[in-house]
Amino acid sequence: MQNILLLGDEAIAQGAIDAGLSAVYAYPGTPSTEITEYIQKSKEAQSGEIVAQWTANEKTAVEAALGASYAGKRSMACMKHVGLNVAADAFMNSSITGVNGGIVVVVADDPSMHSSQNEQDSRFYGKFAQVPILEPVNQQQAYDMMHYAFDYSERLNVPILMRITTRMAHSRAGVKVKMQKTSQNIFHLPKVANQFVLLPALARVNYKKLLQNIPLMEKESSTSGFNKFIDGEDKSMGIIASGIAYNYLRENYENGKVPFPVLSISQYPEPIEMIRKLYSETEKIMVLEEGYPIIEEQLKGILNLGKPVHGRLDGTLPRDGELNPNIIGKVLNFDIIVSYENSASVMSRPPALCQGCPHTDSYSALNSALESVGKGHVLSDIGCYTLAALKPLEAINSCVDMGASITMAKGAADAGLHPSVAVIGDSTFTHSGMTGLLDAVICNTPITVIILDNGTTGMTGGQRSEATGKIEDICKGLGVSQEHIHVLNPINKYHEENVATIKKELDYKGVSVIIPRRECIVTLNARLKAIKSMKELQQN
Amino acid sequence: MKINIILGGVGGQGILSIASIIGKAALSQGLYLKQSEVHGMSQRGGDVMSNLRLSSDEIFSDLIPEGQADIIIGVEPMEALRHLKFLKPDGWLVTNSRPFLNIENYTDRELIYSEINKIKHHVLIDADKIASEIGNSKVSNVVMLGAATPFLKIDENIIIDAINSIFSNKGKNLVDINIKGLKAGILEAQKMMVD
Repeated sequence: MQNILLLGDEAIAQGAIDAGLSAVYAYPGTPSTEITEYIQKSKEAQSGEIVAQWTANEKTAVEAALGASYAGKRSMACMKHVGLNVAADAFMNSSITGVNGGIVVVVADDPSMHSSQNEQDSRFYGKFAQVPILEPVNQQQAYDMMHYAFDYSERLNVPILMRITTRMAHSRAGVKVKMQKTSQNIFHLPKVANQFVLLPALARVNYKKLLQNIPLMEKESSTSGFNKFIDGEDKSMGIIASGIAYNYLRENYENGKVPFPVLSISQYPEPIEMIRKLYSETEKIMVLEEGYPIIEEQLKGILNLGKPVHGRLDGTLPRDGELNPNIIGKVLNFDIIVSYENSASVMSRPPALCQGCPHTDSYSALNSALESVGKGHVLSDIGCYTLAALKPLEAINSCVDMGASITMAKGAADAGLHPSVAVIGDSTFTHSGMTGLLDAVICNTPITVIILDNGTTGMTGGQRSEATGKIEDICKGLGVSQEHIHVLNPINKYHEENVATIKKELDYKGVSVIIPRRECIVTLNARLKAIKSMKELQQN
Repeated sequence: MKINIILGGVGGQGILSIASIIGKAALSQGLYLKQSEVHGMSQRGGDVMSNLRLSSDEIFSDLIPEGQADIIIGVEPMEALRHLKFLKPDGWLVTNSRPFLNIENYTDRELIYSEINKIKHHVLIDADKIASEIGNSKVSNVVMLGAATPFLKIDENIIIDAINSIFSNKGKNLVDINIKGLKAGILEAQKMMVD
């Protein structure tokens, strides 16, 4: 045993490595990014024993993981919650194919939307696909669960969904790691040759097998040891706490000793027998969930008969946002003693594009080019450049989902918007922008697509972008004509020139692509700093 | 032993380096530790905070409850004030006086200082100036760590060991300047405590 300081994300990564992982595929997304980054830096990945790769998007990540599973290896796909929407097709069907090597799909939800456009709860996807869900209470359990998850996946022939939230992903704690690693599976193809062929006749057979396994999953939830029933003297209330909500609950009591019976849930399907016990022994139920009121809704049912069940649904807890010790303390009637009120002289400080960011110059040129036509013409996308919605640039009018800039610009153009401009980052373009561009090319829709190429996936910290060096060729290949593809250098010196190029293409009645290209200032500075410190080390 | 620390600053100012030094020191003492960080969008020039909890007993929540912080360390004065409701009545607010000006409506700094001066236990120092004087303006965050060190319940030498082990692979110069920064911060805090 060795005690090391790990983020929740890193505990999952180390747990997977130690559980015999062969491959991880992911698209970066806060708060999930550090799982794959950690594995990439491991000696197992550096030596080539583990494949640890960024993919074009989350769907290709899950499919690649499924392929590795087909070949008998343990694999993992990681993403943020909204990434699972992109990967949903692959994920849903992977529960029907089942697995050969174990698969864990790790999804990091972001309640309170620290870095996201919604706070959807991925547990719904687990239920939707009818697969087991694991939701660790702390970093240690996150580590311990990985080994179990891969074993379980192979034992029940089903992918496992591991769901975490921001505070688990991005909080560090000491984690005891095993010194003995499980070795990787040897390459072996599925025993049933057509297991992964989801032709209707075969899919029906596989689906029945999945359904037959559900009672086993329910039983497993009560016996695996991750769900815990902690008895308490005071039976006036029973508390169900999911995932990290259990920590916030304990924080309110001396030495973490809760006087009420508590069911700490970190594995689904819900442990029915344990819930029944809690319900029968207590007068009412309080449900503390980090996310949507999923357990609460099931306990209440449509008719809401029986004992009172409190939680987010009936307003006992807030309906949205993440939990914290104070929210739960308040529900339990604890007084919160605050000695200092927040000061009125504190102003809000929203994030902003960095000093020297190429996007600032690109947007300045776009704003100037659009000055004569007015506001409301720019559909944009997900990345650092979304910050241009705020002052001082106020340059964009939408941010919905990865790739939606191009397709929304197309729809808006079809509906009469002219000029209709899409602004998308290089990595977002290869994630989900290319297919939309093809739609526009096929119809020769008059849109101007601006692909901001900073050579990296910037917002998540500078991961490799699959678009690097390929954008012009991709656009040409999709059918954008050569004379309507322009590369700009987004620096202030070329402002007038860049404005003129954009203006010319805004007037063109077909698809044009403009690529302002300059390295992300953060990756540039990091690169220069690394070179500098390397030189200093050599001098010493 | 139990200590709750809130670190506040602007994305890119190095609060995570402070947290990782304290974390390393705590772990070397066999303490439990939880440290919640902000990654992602806010790191782009927005306000960022980190919750750091050290204890000889098991820690439950990753987040510090309101009114329970023993220390707020601010690498920027307005950002130190942002988390005031977390401070215990007898807690210490230790902050850099140098504003980070990236918003148009930044409050008059004298008003910010007067708010800080109203807090019973506080240390207000110009860490940027001190860092420049010792030869590297970039270690102002470690100067702030130094200013908070007298309240950490962890020995100065253990923090120096942590700095050594974190920066050793980046060259001796960097280790030395960081230790110098730490000591300058400690000295400054001691001066203010006497006053």
